Amino acid sequence: MKYLYVAAPPEVRPEDRRMVSGRLSGEFDLPVREMEIPDLDFAYEPGRRQYSSIAVLEMALRLIPDDAAKLLTVTDRDLFVPVLTFLFGQAQLGGLVGVLSLARLRQEFYGFAPNRELFEERAAKEALHETGHMFGLVHCSDRGCAMSLATNIRQIDMKQSALCAPCKARLARAQGVKA
Amino acid sequence: MKNRWQILVVDDEEVMCESLAAWLREDGYVVDTAASGHEAIDKTRQRDYAIYFVDLKMPGGMDGIETMMQIRRIRAEASIIIITAYATVDTAITAMKEGAQEYIVKPCNPEEISLLVNRIVKVKNLQRENSILRKKLSRQYVVHDIVTKNARMRDILALCQEVASLRSTVLIQGESGTGKEMIARAIHNSGGRAQKPMVAVSCAALAETLLESELFGHEKGAFTGADQQKRGKFELADGGTIFLDEIGDISPKLQVDLLRVLQERSFYRVGGSQEVRVDVRAIAATHVNLQQAVAEGKFREDLYYRLNVIEIRIPPLRERREDVPLLALHFLERLAHELGKDVSDISEGALKLLMEYNWPGNVRELENTIERAIVTCKNHVLTEDSFGFLALNGTAGRVWAPPAGMSLEEMEKVLIVSTLQRTSGNIKESAGILGIDRSTLYEKIKRYEIPR
Repeated sequence: MKYLYVAAPPEVRPEDRRMVSGRLSGEFDLPVREMEIPDLDFAYEPGRRQYSSIAVLEMALRLIPDDAAKLLTVTDRDLFVPVLTFLFGQAQLGGLVGVLSLARLRQEFYGFAPNRELFEERAAKEALHETGHMFGLVHCSDRGCAMSLATNIRQIDMKQSALCAPCKARLARAQGVKA
Repeated sequence: MKNRWQILVVDDEEVMCESLAAWLREDGYVVDTAASGHEAIDKTRQRDYAIYFVDLKMPGGMDGIETMMQIRRIRAEASIIIITAYATVDTAITAMKEGAQEYIVKPCNPEEISLLVNRIVKVKNLQRENSILRKKLSRQYVVHDIVTKNARMRDILALCQEVASLRSTVLIQGESGTGKEMIARAIHNSGGRAQKPMVAVSCAALAETLLESELFGHEKGAFTGADQQKRGKFELADGGTIFLDEIGDISPKLQVDLLRVLQERSFYRVGGSQEVRVDVRAIAATHVNLQQAVAEGKFREDLYYRLNVIEIRIPPLRERREDVPLLALHFLERLAHELGKDVSDISEGALKLLMEYNWPGNVRELENTIERAIVTCKNHVLTEDSFGFLALNGTAGRVWAPPAGMSLEEMEKVLIVSTLQRTSGNIKESAGILGIDRSTLYEKIKRYEIPR
């Protein structure tokens, strides 16, 4: 039996980890398991005051359990890759691991009052998005689809926390399930 | 379709290269990386990248500007984006002067890169569409777009240019599918009549009375159903060219009428008494040997000589096998785009197989074959397997023997009947399967009296 793992370092509150794994349950035809991983201080880049998503993915590859089909790391840290100012998340396309940053999904990041419901919706969409990449899905041109590219928070809010029909069909093919 | 466009990211820092490449791959692009300018040039020679991200500062004696200049020498149409961590006005100006499409400073906002790539891809798609439309137009209007490297075909094309401006009639002879109408269009469009219409008539497709009315028009009340005056093809082609396809199939009466209009440049509409004068250049075509038809008394000698002022004989494809790969790749490029399939090449083995095939249906059969192979192709390259149906049709593989005592004509009739049955009488589809054009099929249906 293979699992979709949702891994989180200590800084992520247990209820946030549970929320992400709960929202992924039933989406990928795989049972979801949670696991704790060490903190991500090693990935900190002082020059950028952010955390390297590549370093996080490399760590995830080292820690991935044998019974994991995929592993999504959830962090509260702000992520970057050298060429970009920030990332909401990153995943190996058609690979084993992905990472999702919750940092920019909170209203507080933009100077607004907290909004738990909105935060959870955003996290669900991006968790689905990064996991979709792990199953080989690329960005979708349907702005309402969770697989559409979001380069700002407004674009995340515009999409649904679900895949469009063509992406669902592609996912089913990737998982070897009849659509 | 964004994934048609391939991207090359050039940066000596692997992490830079890979992180940008991974991000672009998530967007559905095919992305390669190169760690130096030299590697980028090598890869550019091997693959057709549409977009380049090139780091400005790279060691090894070849910086981003030099790399860009060399890439542009190989792929002038490529879009090159210079990326740098050390932006100065001078480097930006130099980069843009040397042909960089954009200049971005890293790290950059994801939205900036996304918008930039989308904008470039949009322009590339429009350029590609424009190029295809231009090719389509030139295919219709320019003689040079007839794909060939065969010496006889080149002579024919040169002759087309020479006779284009003349008014003399032209007789084009060649097997079905050799492209007689394309040659006729080439002549028409290369001459002074190009701005006027070229009207094509398939003489085999219509019964005698219908063809007469089709060619010369009719007056109101000329026959039952003629409830208004109708202009015929000769009138419609006034000032231009009339293309009389399958001229060998017209009846003796129409041969007389045609001779008169070619000699006197005037005719009467069916049921009319007023002479209609026209200035039309006639180009006729046939797949039958007209000289033999004259000898057998089936075709008027005077009409034959009137038509045969300039004679063009198009060789069958099997006599110009060197054109098969050229044509196959030409059709692949056009049809893959039209069918929306990402098939971009034909393997060496498949080209060899196509060269060895006999092509009884000539260029049209080759076009249909490529289309069928593209439709059923599961990857990006047509291989020998893609053309398995050709071997089954009797080129290589097993040998099929017809029943003893069956004549060639009987066999042809049986084949046409069975094909029509298979397509529920669909003429276009049947003609495609048989590798002949519709007018030839109509002519054969008529000749063999096949009920429809």
